[in-house]
Amino acid sequence: MFGLIGRKANLLGGSGRRWLCLGATASNHGGAMENLVSELQAHVQNVLAGGGPDAVKRNKSRNKLLPRERIDRLLDPASSFLELSQLAGHELYEEPLPSAGIVTGIGPVHGRLCMFVANDPTVKGGTYYPITVKKHLRAQEIAAQCKLPCIYLVDSGGAFLPKQADVFPDRENFGRIFYNQAVMSAQGIPQIALVLGSCTAGGAYIPAMADESVMVKGNGTIFLAGPPLVKAATGEEVSAEDLGGATVHCKTSGVSDYFAQDELHGLAIGRNIIKNLHIAGNDVLANGLQNINYEYKEPLYDVKELRSIAPTDLKQQFDIRSVIDRIVDGSEFDEFKKLYGTTLVTGFAKIFGQPVGIIGNNGILFNESALKGAHFIELCTQRNIPLVFLQNITGFMVGSRSEANGIAKSGAKMVMAVSCAKVPKVTIIVGGSFGAGNYAMCGRAYSPNFLFLWPNARISVMGGAQAAGVLAQIEKGNKKRQGIQWNKEEEEKFKTKVLEAYEREGSPYYSTARLWDDGIIDPADTRKIIGLCISSSLNRAPENTKYGVFRM
Amino acid sequence: TRAFSESKKQNRIEKILVANRGEIACRITRTAKRLGIQTVAVFSDADKDALHVASADEAIRIGPPPPRLSYLNGTSIVNAAIRSGAQAIHPGYGFLSESAEFAQLCEDNGLTFIGPPVSAIRDMGDKSASKRIMGAAGVPLVPGYHGEEQDIEKMKLEADKIGYPILIKPTHGGGGKGMRIVNTTDEFTESFLAAQREAAASFGVDTILLEKYITRPRHIEVQIFGDKHGNVLHLYERDCSLQRRHQKIIEEAPAPNVSTDFRAHLGQAAVSAAKAVNYYNAGTVEFIVDTESGEFYFMEMNTRLQVEHPVTEMIVGQDLVEWQILVANGEALPLSQSQIPLSGHAFEGRIYAENVPKGFLPATGVLQHYHVPVSSTVRVDTGVKEGDTVSMHYDPMIAKLVVWGEDRAAALVKLKDSLSKFQVAGLPTNVNFLLKLANHRAFENGDVETHFIEKYKETLFVDANNSVSANEAYEAARRSASFVAACFIEKGHAILARNPPGGRSLLPIWYSSPPFRVHHQAKRIMELEWDNEYASGSPKILKLTITYHPDGKYLIETAGNGSPVLEVKATYVKDNYFRVEADGVINNVTVAVYSKDQIRHIHIWQGSCHHYFREKLGLELSKDEESQYKPKFETSANPQGTVIAPMAGLVVKVLVKNETRVEEGQPVLVLEAMKMEHVVKAPSSGYVHGLGVTAGEQVSDGSVLFSVKDQ
Repeated sequence: MFGLIGRKANLLGGSGRRWLCLGATASNHGGAMENLVSELQAHVQNVLAGGGPDAVKRNKSRNKLLPRERIDRLLDPASSFLELSQLAGHELYEEPLPSAGIVTGIGPVHGRLCMFVANDPTVKGGTYYPITVKKHLRAQEIAAQCKLPCIYLVDSGGAFLPKQADVFPDRENFGRIFYNQAVMSAQGIPQIALVLGSCTAGGAYIPAMADESVMVKGNGTIFLAGPPLVKAATGEEVSAEDLGGATVHCKTSGVSDYFAQDELHGLAIGRNIIKNLHIAGNDVLANGLQNINYEYKEPLYDVKELRSIAPTDLKQQFDIRSVIDRIVDGSEFDEFKKLYGTTLVTGFAKIFGQPVGIIGNNGILFNESALKGAHFIELCTQRNIPLVFLQNITGFMVGSRSEANGIAKSGAKMVMAVSCAKVPKVTIIVGGSFGAGNYAMCGRAYSPNFLFLWPNARISVMGGAQAAGVLAQIEKGNKKRQGIQWNKEEEEKFKTKVLEAYEREGSPYYSTARLWDDGIIDPADTRKIIGLCISSSLNRAPENTKYGVFRM
Repeated sequence: TRAFSESKKQNRIEKILVANRGEIACRITRTAKRLGIQTVAVFSDADKDALHVASADEAIRIGPPPPRLSYLNGTSIVNAAIRSGAQAIHPGYGFLSESAEFAQLCEDNGLTFIGPPVSAIRDMGDKSASKRIMGAAGVPLVPGYHGEEQDIEKMKLEADKIGYPILIKPTHGGGGKGMRIVNTTDEFTESFLAAQREAAASFGVDTILLEKYITRPRHIEVQIFGDKHGNVLHLYERDCSLQRRHQKIIEEAPAPNVSTDFRAHLGQAAVSAAKAVNYYNAGTVEFIVDTESGEFYFMEMNTRLQVEHPVTEMIVGQDLVEWQILVANGEALPLSQSQIPLSGHAFEGRIYAENVPKGFLPATGVLQHYHVPVSSTVRVDTGVKEGDTVSMHYDPMIAKLVVWGEDRAAALVKLKDSLSKFQVAGLPTNVNFLLKLANHRAFENGDVETHFIEKYKETLFVDANNSVSANEAYEAARRSASFVAACFIEKGHAILARNPPGGRSLLPIWYSSPPFRVHHQAKRIMELEWDNEYASGSPKILKLTITYHPDGKYLIETAGNGSPVLEVKATYVKDNYFRVEADGVINNVTVAVYSKDQIRHIHIWQGSCHHYFREKLGLELSKDEESQYKPKFETSANPQGTVIAPMAGLVVKVLVKNETRVEEGQPVLVLEAMKMEHVVKAPSSGYVHGLGVTAGEQVSDGSVLFSVKDQ
């Protein structure tokens, strides 16, 4: 139905745009993706419950809200919230660690987008596991990149001591949190801390390093060492409230600035602080929204059909344009260099009125495709147009002809362009993400502002089958040198083992648990999430891009 | 020849000054406009922006808010008329409408007083004199004492002669002011003195008369009209039996359960009464009908257009104000007695700003939301508009709701429907109470009498311990609360969509509906406070969890009671109006919201249901909410034994001194507000402390008057 309308509109418009009716494709893969989405939602439902009913009940008995409830009350009423990495920590440790014990995300407060970082006290007392630190740092990274004021909802017992070696000492460990706070504050990015629970040891520096901090009477405590440690160290016996309660810190020590009667009051003060952020004459946070059209058309096709477009079997090819049609305004996509390097689709569109340049894979990257990609990225950086990468890539073309043509050189050009592009970049992995293709298409290492996966995504240096083949060949050679005969059965066993490892490690859950991405999303939410990501990224003034040396 | 000479000397009225305010001023202006007569309004400082001022062609300030300095100030009104060039003054009802002096003053200044002759006002204004005249004219009278001698002992003797119960009444005035019922000799003195005081304060004359008190009376009055050519006719009767605090609240015409014969007799008696005082213009002859004996007695004659005149207009199809102007112009009545039609039945409900559970105490406040139903057979006479304040200076009547039907049953259906659609938020009203009256079986049957409310109080005022009703009420409230939540959120989105908090700097997708969440649905919590009138105790908290459904519906859960989830779809129409769909039923819903004192007050009307909820606002308030009125006194914070003013008013009398011993229930001071006296009594026995107010002082609602302590 929608397809027909789309075609008709095109005929009438006669603009040379391309309309696809993908009804047939849509129904082909439906069931499998629906199952993946349901599975995903079930996992998310689990982590939304936090640390379990007992912990939640205990939390409530202290007049404390859950982290997402706290964020809801800070957000503007009825506003959206882009939560990040909900499944971080998924099956990462012996014990479950829902959402890595910390909720992060972006939403508006008094019309200003903020980054929220909220400890979940129901998960291991809000202590920092290595992955918790990583998620906290990732939120700060996004905030720094997008110049988003940070609101820390502190309720944490500090570092998780049994894993201190993986939490404390390294560059990207606990200490980096405060370093980031200092650096962001220096850049004029407001750092606000609401102390809603304990804030012990290193954690004490979160409010202390903040520009402004709020403490809740009774629940909020800040101290470098808690009462037990104080007793052990100096013999002094003192209650938590007297040692580091809101009264002490708001009246005597000055560690905190605002005294809140209860949690709701504290959250209200938090909103007020954001309301009063007045950053005049400082263009650090001046956004680049000047050219945005607030009137936009919905896509002509139902976004829900995105659930049935991508095959769960990655060997099956699909036209990335069918995805683009469902995420861009009015399904209007103006292709650039359509007839050249056809395995890479590039073109201009708008998402919720925001201009974007889209780069999507329609197969293996050839020389031409890579050159086209580099060209298109240059175009977009020149014009300050945010980039959206839709990854479904098995890699660059291999083989003698390709190498002879300088595929490495062409790939390097694209990688150079991707790396240096200073426009906002959002990557969605809608299928496979293998090898150098991951790099050229703005994988995690290329610091896209945001990176999300579809539930069918696979990430690895190469496909499992290929890897098994390669490894089996090497192993076979090794055995042969040792004079060992490898029978068919053993070889299959070996291959299966490799395949299984790749299957496990290439899974989106494996990725998202380790924060290689910012979350697995429902394909039907793709348009919305890209829109929110671009909007978040445009919170700052545009930056000029300077490229390195392109190998010609 | 008569016609010839008259047309020479009588100029027609071209400009009228309306010496009144509120709905009656608006109503008179309306007719005048229709007749092409220019109108002049007068206003006190409190009424500068009032509807009656806005609806007149011109308006003149006549003084400060207190009535005696403005609307009762005859001289400044007459001056205003002269200044404006008006030829006539219409006094409306109340204020100067029955002041013979004022009518005289008008005449002396060459202004036409649109009303009866001065002599008739004077004769009928004195209740004792009027009864003498009526007695002489053969109109039946209630046994009583109407003598000059006002000595207490003499009065007491007379009372004994008539036999208790006795009604004490000031000879001047009306509207039930100063009236007292006395059941035994013991109560006589206190009541008598109070009546005297109130009479003196209200009318300037403190003479009192006594009457036999009829235990099951009906109040039936006859609308009469006379012209300056000696014609007098009647426009049938009205039954005004439904009263509270001796003030009418529901009136109807014609009177129910009355035979044609009786009607004719009554009409005849009324015409005789009018003729006895050479009456012209509009008047009402009030009768008390003893339902036990079927006898009727003359009570008094009101020499003005009455509040409830619209019910008569509805059944006779005439405009009585037009008739008044006609008569004032010296013309003959347009119809003869036999030409007056009697068509259908009409009701009038008087909508008051008042606190029904607090004994109908007058209330003040701002009309935050005001919507009235109007159609060809439903008429609302009002003097206020949304945003107006009902102040303590004047009568707290907000409007008169008048409905007409083919017969009484048909009219009653309309009355109920219109009452359920009569929407007022911002101050308490008697709308729900009127609805209860209209729904009462005895009222439906026309079994009315002046003690109706007292007689049926058990069914009219709710039983606070009826668990079945309590549960039903809870279910209804839960449903309404869910609707409130859905409408509230829906409207919030509509406003956000138009005016996002980030302005142009933030994309509207951050405020899309439903709000986006990753892999789950956004939720909202709303805690609404609700008073279950069927269950005693503190207000109930309805804790609602609202989940945004992706298709735009709201899934609403109420905590506790295992209530089912309600799926609600709300569509915002405009202003306060919504369409709400739940369980396959679509309703028109009105939700009015205003904030005051850190509380959001929410009213919802849906079908015949009206609910009122409160929501505590967080500590964060928007600017305009902060500028709202803040209370000076927190009643609940006052220690035990503290007595606060039940309403804003004037201290008339302070009866005891500080540090004196009082018994429980002993009157301590007398307040007057809305022209009503209210005795403030000691809540317990003890000693009076902190009594700082003096007679003549104005006190505000909720202010501390004094406290009674053991020591």
